[in-house]
Amino acid sequence: MTATTGTQRMRAKQRPGDRIFSSTAVGAGVIILLTLAAVTIFLIVESIPAFTTNPEENPILEGQSFLSYVAPLIFGTLYSSLIALVLATPLAIGIALFISHYAPRKLAQGLGYIIDLLAAVPSVVFGLWGGLVLAPLVQPLYVWLNENLGWIPLFAGQVSATGRTLATASIVLAVMVLPIMTAICREVFLQAPRLHEEAALALGATRWEMIKMAVLPYARGGIVSGMMLGLGRALGETMAVTMVLSASGGVGFAILTASNPSTIPANIALSFPEAYGEGISVLIATGLVLFVVTFAVNAFARYIVSRRKDFSGAN
Amino acid sequence: MSVAATPVENALTSGRLPKLAPWGILVASWVAAAVVFGLLAAAGSTDFSLVAAIFWGTLLYVAAIFVVSLLIEGDRKARDRFVTALVVLAFVVALLPLISLVSTVLANGLARFDLQYFTYSMRNVVGAGGGASHAITGTLLMTIAATVISVPIGLMTSIYLVEYGRGHLARAITFLVDVMTGIPSIVAGLFAYAVFELVFGPGIRLGIGGAIALSVLMIPVVVRSSEELLRLVPNELREASYALGVPKWATIVKVVLPTSVAGLTTGVMLAIARVIGETAPLLIIAGFTQSLNTNLFDGRMQSLPVFVYQSYANPGTDAQAYIDRAWAGALTLILIVMILNLVARLVARFFAPKLGR
Repeated sequence: MTATTGTQRMRAKQRPGDRIFSSTAVGAGVIILLTLAAVTIFLIVESIPAFTTNPEENPILEGQSFLSYVAPLIFGTLYSSLIALVLATPLAIGIALFISHYAPRKLAQGLGYIIDLLAAVPSVVFGLWGGLVLAPLVQPLYVWLNENLGWIPLFAGQVSATGRTLATASIVLAVMVLPIMTAICREVFLQAPRLHEEAALALGATRWEMIKMAVLPYARGGIVSGMMLGLGRALGETMAVTMVLSASGGVGFAILTASNPSTIPANIALSFPEAYGEGISVLIATGLVLFVVTFAVNAFARYIVSRRKDFSGAN
Repeated sequence: MSVAATPVENALTSGRLPKLAPWGILVASWVAAAVVFGLLAAAGSTDFSLVAAIFWGTLLYVAAIFVVSLLIEGDRKARDRFVTALVVLAFVVALLPLISLVSTVLANGLARFDLQYFTYSMRNVVGAGGGASHAITGTLLMTIAATVISVPIGLMTSIYLVEYGRGHLARAITFLVDVMTGIPSIVAGLFAYAVFELVFGPGIRLGIGGAIALSVLMIPVVVRSSEELLRLVPNELREASYALGVPKWATIVKVVLPTSVAGLTTGVMLAIARVIGETAPLLIIAGFTQSLNTNLFDGRMQSLPVFVYQSYANPGTDAQAYIDRAWAGALTLILIVMILNLVARLVARFFAPKLGR
């Protein structure tokens, strides 16, 4: 038999060790898929009582519908994160450019590491610093902004005496999302085709013109995805907001007053330890909303990155 | 400033600021701002503030370098200098919070950074005294448990992705691991709570729940870093091993993993550093307590970040004592994280295999 089938492919011998090892590896990968599915399923199952029971008897809803409870929280979460994004994006692009194209080559790595250190600081320390150091520090600035630019709705209203406002929370959030945004921007700036850069310089472009012509157009997708990842971080950040913001609920665009909208994660952290019964279900349901929003934001960001990756081989 | 008007001697060097000019202009701007603020202070309208002087001086510099360069070098160079100033400024601005944070944590944390802090719990302590031994124990136990759960899963997943992964499953896992790195930490806490509530009933608080919440956050980090490192292992090593008739699993265990063990250690340590400061999930599922609890499977367990949060949010009768303990906790946390980061980088640098590139 074997002599006549000379063209037949030789099959590798199947060893039990191989089979065990490969199925363990597959199993580990599947566990990750299952975990994500489990997160979704468990959150959904646990939040069902929030909708099926009477809101009048719910210790947290106290008669209002779930939608009217969660709407101001969603507003606060999005609003504070967007302000943080507005503050952090130009800074992150600047830092990334500095590290990738301006700093001396030898220093660049070390400088990048310093920015990464920001990411290593635990959020609770940021909260402590934001509440006890930053808030009193920026409060005079808020008074000045309110006096001189108070006609802008953003800075209107009675300035908070403690400085623990939405503006301070957003500044802390901006500092916290800087490292991830910088890291992504830096990566795409470094991926910009070397030859294009050198060609631009050889034609007499200044460094800024070179960056404008050869680096930024190439990096646009990366910058957007960095922003989205930063947004995802800011949306889910809990402790810094909890410890910095003195939240009073409600919806308002003024960022310097003492009446601030709360955010979903901060609200969970503040209410959860005392919550009981269906109240817990309500909080878990808000957590589910947060999970869905951040999942969508992150998935979108990763989609952009992976799309760019396919044709970034030019270097 | 008649440089532009004088006859050009060398076409290649004409119209350029001397190399040290930006520094000179920077110092001049600072001095000018300091003088203005000094005069204001002398006139008695405000107090002299060095911070304000440096702030306005720096802004003045950005404007001055633009104008000077515009006059001497033309508008293209001027715009280049302007952007350079902004870019450097962005970097310096980013350093300010880091410097401020580290210096205040150091200054305030040292007040209670003593032996008592590490040997006492908060049991029956009202006001001053007490310590965080219970919180440190809890943090260590839960982090170790989370590491024990996450490292095997994370490592095996990355092995799957690098050595076996083909097709849709591998692509789905890669994508979802990326997305998983963005799960809000509080959602991980809620997930762990939801799981344990279904089993043990409402109001459950367990240390092991905290460990599970932490591992949800830790697994994607481990997978990402180890995947990157396993991909760095040269294919020649694998092929040489196969050529000698070594089975695939033994190749991975005996060749691939030892080659990248330093990097894997680094990745795991960085992942630990990332989760050891997590507060929100532990607040949800591990709860808080004033006493030492060394049993992961029974009752509430305090952790260092939650301890810091608690001391800050609910100061008791002697508020300063609580705030001091919070700062000391923050200092301990930062030290742990920084040491982990530093050791991880050192391991990566000194034990990395020589790949001959």
